[in-house]
Amino acid sequence: MKVSRSKSQSPLTLPERMRWRPALALLPVVFAASFAMAQAGADKSASDTRRSGYQDMGAALQKMQDDDTANPGMLYVQLGEQLWAKPAGAASKACADCHSVADMKGVAARYPAIPENSDRPIDLEGRIQLCRASHQQAERLAPESRDLLSLAAFVARQSRGLPIAPPDDARLAPFRSEGEAIYRRRQGQLNLSCAICHDDNAGKKLAGVTIPQAHPTGYPIYRLEWQALGSLKRRLRNCLVGIRAEAYPYEAVDYVALEVFLMGRAKGMPFEAPGVRP
Amino acid sequence: MLRASLLAALLLMPLATAGRAQGTSAGTPVSYTVVDDAIPRPLTASPGDASRGRAIVANRSVGLCLLCHSGPIPEERFQGTLAPSLGGAGTRWSVAQLRLRIVDGSRLNPDTIMPPYYRTTGLVRVARAFEGKTILTAEQIEDVVAYLATLKEQ
Ligand code: HEC
Ligand code: HEC
Ligand code: HEC
Repeated sequence: MKVSRSKSQSPLTLPERMRWRPALALLPVVFAASFAMAQAGADKSASDTRRSGYQDMGAALQKMQDDDTANPGMLYVQLGEQLWAKPAGAASKACADCHSVADMKGVAARYPAIPENSDRPIDLEGRIQLCRASHQQAERLAPESRDLLSLAAFVARQSRGLPIAPPDDARLAPFRSEGEAIYRRRQGQLNLSCAICHDDNAGKKLAGVTIPQAHPTGYPIYRLEWQALGSLKRRLRNCLVGIRAEAYPYEAVDYVALEVFLMGRAKGMPFEAPGVRP
Repeated sequence: MLRASLLAALLLMPLATAGRAQGTSAGTPVSYTVVDDAIPRPLTASPGDASRGRAIVANRSVGLCLLCHSGPIPEERFQGTLAPSLGGAGTRWSVAQLRLRIVDGSRLNPDTIMPPYYRTTGLVRVARAFEGKTILTAEQIEDVVAYLATLKEQ
């Protein structure tokens, strides 16, 4: 929301940002030539009124998301592909040593999930951190760091077009309820709940911005306001800061609970990562 | 490494936001008396200033009004559609009624989404930089009310 607009630091270093220029300069050409990729996947019944934030964007941004040569998120996907193959940590193992890319199909559309030997869900970034720690014996990556987002984008890309399909795991239920409770609770100095905006007033304008239904269909997303790729957590933090509520620390389970709730609410909707949003 | 940067982020965040909050927030709110659906007595000794009030209403990070409302402020192109237009508010309501609607609309409609601009209690998880502070000061409330009272046309 506008209240919190901050031109935030891009996690990209300068040379990398410059590489984007040609891709962005090509945009008009690409727009003219491209045909919008169908919003594939999910069989939606006529009574399903759920909309992805994608559907609330103008045609130009939709095309930017759909066209791999125009979508800035694809540069992170490419970087993620390189990191995927690169040995890391004391174990000197690459992701590719243990996983095939095909194994990653559908994974991002299913997370958050509860890993083996645990009773708490983790999201996709958390899963990648777990593999780094336990399988690569590598340092944790900083939240919102370029490498973590790139790996997440690469894995998430393998689910594009698939329906969101949370795991059928009864142990997730309490986390989903907790996420829903946070979603419906008024908070912050402005005394608003997520539901007030995203359920009761979705489609209306908050100042100039159409309020989306808050379906996490495209994460990690390239947000033009950020000029960078960002995680769902970063998006949730933006909304919390907007209503002047205390943002949870990055590692708080509250975000994962919200993510479990939001993914359940978006079940069956097509996954579109890496999404583009204004 | 991570610890250090997290700690730095946690320390810097409240400072950064506190800087922004300055000037828009008050200490302990002055007490006021509600009579029927209105607050008849001004919150301040000196009267509000309508032109300052207009600037507060127009400012998206001070008044926040145009996030939800539209109003006769043509230079602000992006206005909200979550709430009725402010046009004509000065005809629909008395100054005393307007005052309560800004101070704490939840006293009239417990389900209202309009933020309570002059209340610090009953709020949950308020960001540290804004804790114990009202959204607008007593002076700003009076300025806004003075401006709204001038809005006679629909
Ligand atoms: C030494 C082997 C090893 C390495 C290296 C490794 N992983 Fe894993 N990974 C695993 C194992 C084992 C699992 C758990 C499999 C399961 O639960 O089905 C797993 C699970 C995952 C999952 C969840 C899959 C699912 O279906 O839920 C993702 C995503 C993942 N890894 C990504 C990565 C990424 C990205 C990297 C590189 C940064 C990586 N892994 C490195 C062994 C490894
Ligand atoms: C005052 C209204 C408001 C409140 C309250 C609010 N949001 Fe938002 N939210 C927005 C707006 C507006 C956007 C779109 C911003 C943009 O595109 O610039 C948004 C975007 C989002 C998105 C991204 C959707 C997409 O398509 O990528 C998610 C997810 C989200 N919000 C979740 C939440 C959650 C969870 C909460 C409660 C903690 C919350 N929001 C509270 C207004 C709000
Ligand atoms: C989060 C959205 C929101 C914000 C921000 C907001 N309002 Fe409201 N306001 C509403 C809604 C919705 C109503 C309709 C009555 C109700 O639901 O209580 C309303 C009602 C009003 C009314 C009475 C309606 C009438 O008939 O004229 C006035 C006056 C008013 N607001 C002024 C303001 C002013 C001035 C500000 C900024 C200082 C402001 N509002 C900020 C949502 C908002």
